Amino acid sequence: MAAEVKLLSRNFGSPESWTLSSYERAGGYRTAVKALRMDPAAVTEEVKQSGLRGRGGAGFPTGMKWGFVPKDSNSPKYLCVNADESEPGTFKDRYLLELDPHQLIEGIVITSWAVGIHRAYIYVRGEFGLPYHRLQAAVDEAYAKGYLGPRSFGTAFDLDVTIHRGAGAYICGEETGLIESLEGKPGRPRIKPPFPAVVGVFGGPTVVNNVETLSAVPWIIENGAAAYRSYGTEKSPGTKLFSVSGPVARPGVYEVPLGLPLKTLVYDLCGGIRGGKAMKANIPGGSSVPVLTREEAEGADLDYESLAAAGTMLGSGGMIVIDEETCMVRALSTLMKFYAHESCGQCTPCREGTGWLRGLVARLEAGGGSPADMDKILSITNRMIGTTICVLSDAAAMPAASFVTKFRGEFERHVGAGRCPFRSDPLLAGAARRQDHA
Amino acid sequence: MQPFERSDPAHDPTLRDPCPLRRLGHPLAFSAEEEDRIERLLSRYPTREAAILPMLWMIQDRHGWIPEEAVSLVAERCGVPPSHAYGVVSFYTMFRREPGGRHQLQICTNLSCQLMGAEHLLDCLRRRLGIGPGETAADGLFTLNEVECLAACEMAPVVQVDDEFHGPLDDRGLGELLDGLRARAAKEGRI
Repeated sequence: MAAEVKLLSRNFGSPESWTLSSYERAGGYRTAVKALRMDPAAVTEEVKQSGLRGRGGAGFPTGMKWGFVPKDSNSPKYLCVNADESEPGTFKDRYLLELDPHQLIEGIVITSWAVGIHRAYIYVRGEFGLPYHRLQAAVDEAYAKGYLGPRSFGTAFDLDVTIHRGAGAYICGEETGLIESLEGKPGRPRIKPPFPAVVGVFGGPTVVNNVETLSAVPWIIENGAAAYRSYGTEKSPGTKLFSVSGPVARPGVYEVPLGLPLKTLVYDLCGGIRGGKAMKANIPGGSSVPVLTREEAEGADLDYESLAAAGTMLGSGGMIVIDEETCMVRALSTLMKFYAHESCGQCTPCREGTGWLRGLVARLEAGGGSPADMDKILSITNRMIGTTICVLSDAAAMPAASFVTKFRGEFERHVGAGRCPFRSDPLLAGAARRQDHA
Repeated sequence: MQPFERSDPAHDPTLRDPCPLRRLGHPLAFSAEEEDRIERLLSRYPTREAAILPMLWMIQDRHGWIPEEAVSLVAERCGVPPSHAYGVVSFYTMFRREPGGRHQLQICTNLSCQLMGAEHLLDCLRRRLGIGPGETAADGLFTLNEVECLAACEMAPVVQVDDEFHGPLDDRGLGELLDGLRARAAKEGRI
């Protein structure tokens, strides 16, 4: 459809798009050859000019991140590719890994050349079967062709790429948790500073970039920063992959220019809500960002600044659409169970806070809460934001605070009725069935 | 009468070795092919410790789970104390510390799947298998687990069978999926 702009996802529909021959037929790896003839600083500068921002969730400018790595380092530098996609509602990196792994490898080659890196690790989520096998096959093909390994593309540049499988821990998607895990430890995030760009994995300066971020690099170097900036907005240039899930007619991955009205994505591209129902709420950037009401969502545009102005975040672009029949207390209860399960436990506000939020929301959902619980939840979330080593604590607190603030009436109805008003009463349901038989 | 002879570990190999895998005749030492892979693995990282996760995966891929003895073996190869390796194994949810069924069924009940009916699908799974999350069916074919988001939300509600995603699933689709797995196992003479 017209609203889509396929830069990173242009090969998704090609036959066997994940193979080297398919990628090269579409012009793949020519940009890596071009980049290897460029001055590394010029490659970084082009990415800086493009305005590309980290697509994993934080939205930090990519070129600037590369620039933080010291040029003259005594210890080896590393690239860590974050393919540990596990933010609830997010599945776009899975598509990039399954359908175009060579585009990612080309991005890794160009990035490593720009920053002066000779060893890259791709940290792949443990649950990913097909993406892992396709990526491994692609890396093997690239080695066999001499694109990876010593003298990459016949130049004097050496680059080794190793795929490293995670083993089931949301926290390893946090960049320092990922680094710890890669070193063979439990994935407990590190205190910053030092930032990974200065002291990262194995004690060396390290760039940690998301799959989607690196997959955008070849297009930018091939077509130039100005061409990339012709899409999106002034402050949020380019395109972004959105993963849309929930009760929409056509859930899936959509690449659109940043700044697209949220309504266009939900109602046009995804075909609106199933069964002619209305949208009640929208979580635009993965489960960790504040929820939007229908009115807020319908007025928002999908870029970093517009969503910040609406009181939420673009995050990973993992959009969860919630329809009018959904109980918001139940939805929050599910999310709180997740964060309590995934807290690594090293910071007290997060370890205790996520447990309290899970308990309080579950009790409210079951109809056993008290009128003071909503304020208690808000008070707990206040103490969880900005008080811990990493942002998992904030990631639990932000949805909790926004659900309670924006849908307080639903929470109060649970307390008032002593049960969930969205669940049909089993006794009444039984009576209705008996009437049907009569 | 020699009342203590049977329980004397020196005379009964099944009691001498507490590891159920070795009692079943699986050697816990690495095979020659695995030794080659370990050498290659160690060459990919600047520290031996970094090879812990890949080595644990190698063991789990071969045996289906990770026996305690294997953790010590990994610790030794990676030059870390066994306590450190245990700390790693127990931190990650995918490392199984006890044997399970032939197929691992993982149902996602996080928000995107819940919105599309995961709770109902879990009920269907319970009814069809006669077990709940964390349990293994009596025929040894399936172990069921409830998991967090699998990054396959467009297929919601989704069930992962070993490393394959299946979805969206309703009760009928689930029945067909389970029947297919059972038929395959029967053909291979597993049950």
